[in-house]
Amino acid sequence: MKAFKNSFFKYLGIFSTVVGVVFLITLLVDVFYSGMSRITWDFVTGSLSRHAHMSGILPAIVGTFLIMLLTAVIAIPIGVGAGVYLEEYGKNNRFAAFLEINIANLAGVPSIIYGILGLQLFSRWMNLGASFLAGALTLSLLILPIIIVATRSALKTVPLSIKEASYALGATKWQTIWNHVLPAALGGILTGIILALSRAVGETAPLIVIGAKVFVSVPNSVYDPYTVLPLQIFNWVSRPQEAFATNASAAIVILLLITFIMNFSAIYFRNKSQGRYKS
Amino acid sequence: MSLKQRMFKERFMEVLLMLCATVSIVTTLGILFVLLKDSIGFFSKVSLLEFLTDTQWTPLFEDAHFGILPLLSGTFLITFIAILIALPLGMSIAIYLSEYADRRVKKIIKPFLEILSSIPTVVFGYFALVFVTPLLQSFIPGLAGFNSLSPGIVMGIMILPMVASLSEDALNAVPDSLREGSYALGSSQVQTAFRVVVPAASSGITVSVILAISRAIGETMIVAIAAGQQPRLTLNPLVPIETITAYIVQVSKGDVPQDSLGYQTIFAAGLTLFVLTFLLNSVSFYFNKKFRAQYQ
Amino acid sequence: MSHRVGYNFARLLAWLVCLSLLGACQRNENLIIIDGSSTVYPISEAVAEEFLKLEEGATIAIGESGTGGGFKKFSRGEIQIANASRPITESEIEACLANNYPFIELPVAYDGLAVVVHPENDWVDSITVDELRRIWEPSAQGTITRWSQIRPDWPDQEIRLYGAGVSSGTYDYFTEAIVGTKRSSRGDFTASEDDNVLVQGVSQDVLALGYFGLAYYEENKSKLKALAIDDLNEENGKGAVLPSFENVNNASYQPLTRPEFIYVSANAINPMMEKFIHFYLTESADLVKEVGYVPLSEETYQLVLERFENRHTGSLMAGRNNVGVDLSQLLKEAAK
Repeated sequence: MKAFKNSFFKYLGIFSTVVGVVFLITLLVDVFYSGMSRITWDFVTGSLSRHAHMSGILPAIVGTFLIMLLTAVIAIPIGVGAGVYLEEYGKNNRFAAFLEINIANLAGVPSIIYGILGLQLFSRWMNLGASFLAGALTLSLLILPIIIVATRSALKTVPLSIKEASYALGATKWQTIWNHVLPAALGGILTGIILALSRAVGETAPLIVIGAKVFVSVPNSVYDPYTVLPLQIFNWVSRPQEAFATNASAAIVILLLITFIMNFSAIYFRNKSQGRYKS
Repeated sequence: MSLKQRMFKERFMEVLLMLCATVSIVTTLGILFVLLKDSIGFFSKVSLLEFLTDTQWTPLFEDAHFGILPLLSGTFLITFIAILIALPLGMSIAIYLSEYADRRVKKIIKPFLEILSSIPTVVFGYFALVFVTPLLQSFIPGLAGFNSLSPGIVMGIMILPMVASLSEDALNAVPDSLREGSYALGSSQVQTAFRVVVPAASSGITVSVILAISRAIGETMIVAIAAGQQPRLTLNPLVPIETITAYIVQVSKGDVPQDSLGYQTIFAAGLTLFVLTFLLNSVSFYFNKKFRAQYQ
Repeated sequence: MSHRVGYNFARLLAWLVCLSLLGACQRNENLIIIDGSSTVYPISEAVAEEFLKLEEGATIAIGESGTGGGFKKFSRGEIQIANASRPITESEIEACLANNYPFIELPVAYDGLAVVVHPENDWVDSITVDELRRIWEPSAQGTITRWSQIRPDWPDQEIRLYGAGVSSGTYDYFTEAIVGTKRSSRGDFTASEDDNVLVQGVSQDVLALGYFGLAYYEENKSKLKALAIDDLNEENGKGAVLPSFENVNNASYQPLTRPEFIYVSANAINPMMEKFIHFYLTESADLVKEVGYVPLSEETYQLVLERFENRHTGSLMAGRNNVGVDLSQLLKEAAK
């Protein structure tokens, strides 16, 4: 009886895993099967069209690239800076403890609330409308907690001996951080940044709330209206004609490729940095 | 550089970094301000009692009702279905990984969970509408195209990695000494797992469930694509409903006139959502502290 | 990985950013932003797409916030052209003028509002205006929930409704034509400014009844079934009339035939905008037909173009009942 119970739970675990794996594989196969044939050179470089079979995805790809760039430029310095402050300067004060709780809470706030914040603060009050800048600022706020937490964990792994050696040689706190601690933690920080950006690449809800147009020609400047891959997928999925669903799956293939590449490189950096300082 | 200059630079960098950290406070204050400002306007016209007890949500129409219950029931119905899927599956995977699996198996399962959790939610939404709903319709007659069963199931799989890895962390944190003690007394693997390890990890497991619920409540894209836009107070998973998040998307897309009562409903709904997830996250924070304190 | 690499990477990034921002620093003169009705959207989209093939320097973006949403954005100066499936209202005119955004009202097509059900719905082929009113009026909220309550021989099953959202011009027009009072409707149905969502809903629900622009029905004919409407008025055409190109064109599909508009901001007329509007009004006859609407007559388009070229601001249609209106008559009178 005992042996039966034993193997029952073992196989339950295996069964559950299999359910999940089957789901994932079905999803990927379904998407790739309907989308792959649609991905032609014309699709990737073409503009949007009312005819599903003539529609290309260039505006969305350019839009995704530009918004990632802007978001990275805004979020990385602030996020890493905040992480450094909390880990290196704020150990013993209550203000820092309060900040820590605050950030933990922000990490759990639904992304659509960030959208509402972005709508009122960036779109309306700062008059940025539905531009790249408004979208990038909103996404930056969204991924900030991820970067901060990752920076802090990376900094935690730097052995005390490195800092002590630096101080012993007469370096100041900032010199130590800039010249020794940050480089040592770079792998972990980079991992966090890439994971945060790969999350931002797939975010749709906040951008819908800020206001996005459905038809967009290829943008020329950051003040132009824009669209990004997840938005385009959402638009196409909402259309009843099957041809648009095919377009959506093709766009999903591209989005997944970008997401997977980013995640794999994050894992690569994580593994690389883990080998460094065994203490 | 003179000493004075160096000290100035030091102080300057510290302040700069502190300012970076305070962006997070500005964010929280911003969220609270934005949600409360228009919510106060809303609640000056609609009583809190009416908001919490009216069974209809038709704020933009002539026979206007402002009861949040239909949106809440839509949100909770889907969350319930999602947890029904994610909890048993996630827990089984977690127990399997921590108590039974060897390293080779872990090397396959862990990346799979990571891949699953990295997929953007709009992709899950697509899958729910285009694949799962038609599949379910083929053997459930009367299943409407927009319903809560399909997005509920898909959402369950979406939060599965969260439940599995957080629970597994909790189980792993239980010291081996407890397990060894149990085996020494003659217990089998299954008895050790369920009578010793799981109870010991209970607060950590609770954290994983609460966070998963919080995530499901705040999820937008899967429901916006596949669940429908009809607020109704029901427990029937086969009909179109609307969640709080989908309502916010719906009204934002339409651009209702600013400062009107209809516009302010976005903020009342957003505030409700924020309060719910904040409460859940705070409770999980408390359990997390408890769980960490146990094995420090 | 030393901090040298990090430093160089940062420099490269900063350079890339400056480059993109430099290109970004000039606000685009050739920017045309359109927003508003989801019903008019396919027309503007088709025109924009063809126009972009001719004028590559143009940047055009089109949104679908609903007619009301479009006018809101227009009155704030956020967009240059508003798509509208109903005429501008008095309060919207006030808002535009108060913020100094005069508009030029340009009809561009005729449209029918189709009432549709699922193709497997075998119990209804035609419906009267009166029956529609009983389904959609405000007092039906929470009370009329089953098909059999309208006609006893219809099934005793839930009736699932799909219709336009409150920012939609289609919503305004349908309620005025069917319920009798503008914007007067029950609220417990699947409401969306995006007609595509409604098509998806009805086409997957056997118990569904919905309404949206004719073009969306034409586009998805195989998944939907249109009902013939009987307005009990012999003059328009005997009995129940199906929505179709011919019946909209000869005005027998009543009361659900209406004109579609674009409203152009008089402040935003630069050379590119002139070209665009000229293209819109001269080339759209074929495009309008292609996307499923009924083009105006050549004579009418000419009158509309003249209206634009004379920069004739203000509305012909606001504040009056426009059910069954004759556009070319109105335009000729206004031009005097």
